[in-house]
Amino acid sequence: MSELSVKHLLGIKYLKESDIQLIFETADHFKEVINRSIKKVPSLRDITIANIFFENSTRTKLSFELAEKRLSADVLNFSASQSSVKKGETLIDTVNNILSMKVDMVVMRHPNPGAGIFLSKHVEASIVNAGDGAHEHPTQALLDSYSIREKLGDVAGKNVVIVGDILHSRVALSNIFALKLQGANVKVCGPKTLLPKYIDSLGVGVETNLRKALEWCDVANMLRIQNERLDISYFPTTREYTQQFGVNKKLLDSLDKEVVIMHPGPINRGVEITSDVADSKQSIILNQVENGVAIRMAVIYLLASKIK
Amino acid sequence: MPIMSQKVLLSSKEINIILHRLACQLLENHLTFENTVLIGIQPRGKFVAQRLTKILKEEYKVNHIDLGFLDITFFRDDFRRGDKTLEATKTNIDFLVEDKNVVLIDDVLYTGRSINAALTALQSFGRPKDVELLCLIDRRFSRHLPIQPNYRGRQVDAINEEKVKVMWEENDGEDIIYLVNR
Repeated sequence: MSELSVKHLLGIKYLKESDIQLIFETADHFKEVINRSIKKVPSLRDITIANIFFENSTRTKLSFELAEKRLSADVLNFSASQSSVKKGETLIDTVNNILSMKVDMVVMRHPNPGAGIFLSKHVEASIVNAGDGAHEHPTQALLDSYSIREKLGDVAGKNVVIVGDILHSRVALSNIFALKLQGANVKVCGPKTLLPKYIDSLGVGVETNLRKALEWCDVANMLRIQNERLDISYFPTTREYTQQFGVNKKLLDSLDKEVVIMHPGPINRGVEITSDVADSKQSIILNQVENGVAIRMAVIYLLASKIK
Repeated sequence: MPIMSQKVLLSSKEINIILHRLACQLLENHLTFENTVLIGIQPRGKFVAQRLTKILKEEYKVNHIDLGFLDITFFRDDFRRGDKTLEATKTNIDFLVEDKNVVLIDDVLYTGRSINAALTALQSFGRPKDVELLCLIDRRFSRHLPIQPNYRGRQVDAINEEKVKVMWEENDGEDIIYLVNR
């Protein structure tokens, strides 16, 4: 198989295992490309991509933009805060206006779950979901799995724990789908108030004791407490959260093995992870960022090759 | 099912003789290979480049040859123009080509578009002093671009419906070149 089974990347839910492997194999080649002295290839020189961000983002936006430029695509950047959306324009109108300028692909982040799926049904262009509310963030999950594969050789059979705010996290949901699809064992760990009610239906284990979770796992993916999504109080204080669910050097050193530490960023140093852990050899946080560009290049390349 | 017919263009013995001749021609121009690098174009030029390197080292006692493999997938000009997604292979060039004499090596020279892509791809690894082209089979009268080889194994006349299939012992079980009627 040498092409994706989908026209859009809306979520991991819609992918097959073979799609993920194809993306990884393609990303391997792009990782070699971005480590050359000239980091650019001309593949997408006749493709125009619009990055439409209705929600703030630093690394995802930069990473997508860099990936697009490394592939020689023309890039349009649009953020909702400086646009006619403020004047009351609808999503479809906004996007159709952009598309009438002959744009081939749309990378979109939106606060509403399902925004990408909705758009894909109403417009012609290829859609890449760069995060839709608390739903999915597929490229993040792909780069997380890719980083695990790079560090441990394979994802299948590995024990991965996702720690933190599972309820509001699109990273958690996409990661669960991606890891399960590749045959990893997944547990989530966090305060019960931040675990969704439907968690059992996803086929993952639940652990509320961080030490037990760490003793079980090969990889711990530490999520950020998303204060902007916490409309009510889910735990008493940040300090208490840190005591229960934050990783620190002492805790990791007391385990009889080395757990790989991941974090999708941005890090709240001293909350879910201490600085000495974030900057330690166990942490592959910066590898994740580097791999993000290669993964996004692969996704865009593979989707663009389906545009006729 | 379309009927395919194929005839042998070159046998194992003939391929071997041609490779030796090409090795000698390279040697004549580059002698010590001090400032020369060989780059096989992936996926199929790799085998030609490896064979030539082996002959040069073992039979003509050249001490050291820089050999690399270049994947041109992301530099091709037919992206999105065919039915299939172009699949990449591995690039492996662990030296700079800056100021070097580069010999690009491929098995079949047809339209010249792969070589055009290779010339662009090569720029990612520096500015070579000069670039030459070696190909085992040169399909005459089929070029889309003004590209000609400096070293050619065998020139053949083949119509567009025909395909030249080069097989290698290490990959396909035997050294043989067919002309296949598609």
